[in-house]
Amino acid sequence: MSSSVVEARGVGKTFGTGDGQIVALSGIDLQIHQGDFISLIGPSGCGKSTLLRLIGDLVSPTTGTLVVNGKTPGQARLDRDYGIVFQSATLLDWRSVQKNVELPLEIMDFPSEERPARAREMLDLVQLDAFADHFPWQLSGGMQQRVAIARALAFRPSLLLMDEPFGALDEMTREAMQQEVLRVWRETGTSVVFVTHSIPEAVFLSTRVVVMSPRPGHISDEIVVDLPRQRDQDTREQSKYFDLVIEVREALRKGEKGGGAL
Amino acid sequence: MTERDDLIRETPETDVFASFEGDLPTIGRRSSPGRLLRRYLPAFIAFLTVILVWEGLTRLLGVESFVLSKPSEILTSFTETFTTIWGAGMRTLLEAATGFVIGTSLAVATSLAAARWVGFRDGMLPIAIALNATPIAALAPIFNSWFGLTNPFSKMAVVAVVVYFPVMINTTRGLLEVDPAELELMRSMAATPAEVTRRIRIPRALPYFFSSIKVASVLSLIAAIIAEYFGGPQNVLGQYIVNRAQLFQFPDAWAAILVASILGVTFYLLILLAERRLMPWHVSFRSSD
Ligand SMILES: Nc1ncnc2c1ncn2[C@@H]1O[C@H](COP(=O)(O)OP(=O)(O)OP(=O)(O)O)[C@@H](O)[C@H]1O
Ligand SMILES: [Mg+2]
Repeated sequence: MSSSVVEARGVGKTFGTGDGQIVALSGIDLQIHQGDFISLIGPSGCGKSTLLRLIGDLVSPTTGTLVVNGKTPGQARLDRDYGIVFQSATLLDWRSVQKNVELPLEIMDFPSEERPARAREMLDLVQLDAFADHFPWQLSGGMQQRVAIARALAFRPSLLLMDEPFGALDEMTREAMQQEVLRVWRETGTSVVFVTHSIPEAVFLSTRVVVMSPRPGHISDEIVVDLPRQRDQDTREQSKYFDLVIEVREALRKGEKGGGAL
Repeated sequence: MTERDDLIRETPETDVFASFEGDLPTIGRRSSPGRLLRRYLPAFIAFLTVILVWEGLTRLLGVESFVLSKPSEILTSFTETFTTIWGAGMRTLLEAATGFVIGTSLAVATSLAAARWVGFRDGMLPIAIALNATPIAALAPIFNSWFGLTNPFSKMAVVAVVVYFPVMINTTRGLLEVDPAELELMRSMAATPAEVTRRIRIPRALPYFFSSIKVASVLSLIAAIIAEYFGGPQNVLGQYIVNRAQLFQFPDAWAAILVASILGVTFYLLILLAERRLMPWHVSFRSSD
């Protein structure tokens, strides 16, 4: 349980050059271990998506060092070490739901006779098996997001990066999806980095909540969630859970106030 | 989602029949004969009205045939000379279709290269856009001297050049105008540039490609006939029209123009059908039921 999946030291990211520079992140130190479920929480614009994209080698850090699965982020990406769910579903309009989930399998050269079964399995998981033959534009926003989750999981990556994946879901579906993600996480041993705006969601899902603050984006606090890994609806009623929710809320408020101080 | 919808809706629909397309039967929807009839009835009535007014006015005002032939005269000529003009039509269509295939193939090959190599694109596109604005049919006499007046290839070459530029420019645009989020998704899966082209760029370019070949299909027939005006074998539409007009046989000329128009519309509709088969996902075909 101690091998590092993500190790960031002094990572910073500045967008643009000259006058138009935006310091999105600065001085990020973060360690994520195998099997961790990490939530990133913080106000809009504090660099959560950027941090996720740095880990995924979709942008490169301006300063500091970042190691993913013991390699450079670029190598980890080429090795298909992670699956990502973007803030918007980004499904391909010309492919059915089933074919969208098969996309990574095609690109990664999975045997063609394996692909349909595996895609079905993932669609079962997100409870969209009945919609396999539909097209993305025939689904609601929340359903599209679930297809994107199925797609990210299809090739069983060891690291799952999720950017507000449940933002478009109603409360009931959201809770069901949270249970599903927890189940996948427990069963597969996948490490998860999960961006969210919801404090209860962060506490319910995570082993650790990373609180971020803006101007420039940095990590202002980390709260270990020492709830058992097996979580269900009862967990949401435990006093320990409430205490943690309050702790995260206070950390967020503190980060907000002391935002520019760092 | 909405951004991408906009992107698709922005697809250039510069072709003359664009407004007509929405009326064609939608995929996945069964078109009963009654429904079809109701859909096409207004167009049919409008067509009949034009013909009747044309006939009536030419008769009433005693318009001479060399100014404007009467529809009835044209129809008589059409049936009487049918084997001749239809044969001529087929030869012209062969020139147009061959030129169209050559021009389109070259255009697609260039587009793929332009999407792949930035240097190539930056060098080529401005020239292509400039050439596209030149009346290329004027090349016909030159091609006649290059390939020989009687060689059908001199006409095919004119068609190919006319077709090439709009198809190339539009297809290249489609290949390049992809959603950055889709490129990022492909990058996250470590897809190769060839995979990106195959799975993102080509599907994204299809609407642009089809818009352009719909225009090109009509252009190809126009180009073939104009090329024929500059000389060559007599048994083709262009030469037939010129000859009959010189002999003041205007209804004959009009009948040949009618053949050209039938062929043009058929060509266009064939491409429309192919488009529907290849892109059933496209926004404009989604049934609103
Ligand atoms: N490609 C880019 N070019 C320029 N600036 C960018 C780019 N991506 C992000 N930024 C800037 O970096 C900062 C952090 O953006 P980021 O998307 O990471 O925020 P976030 O925490 O994910 O916000 P939200 O909760 O609203 O999704 C913002 O100020 C944003 O303007
Ligand atoms: Mg974000």
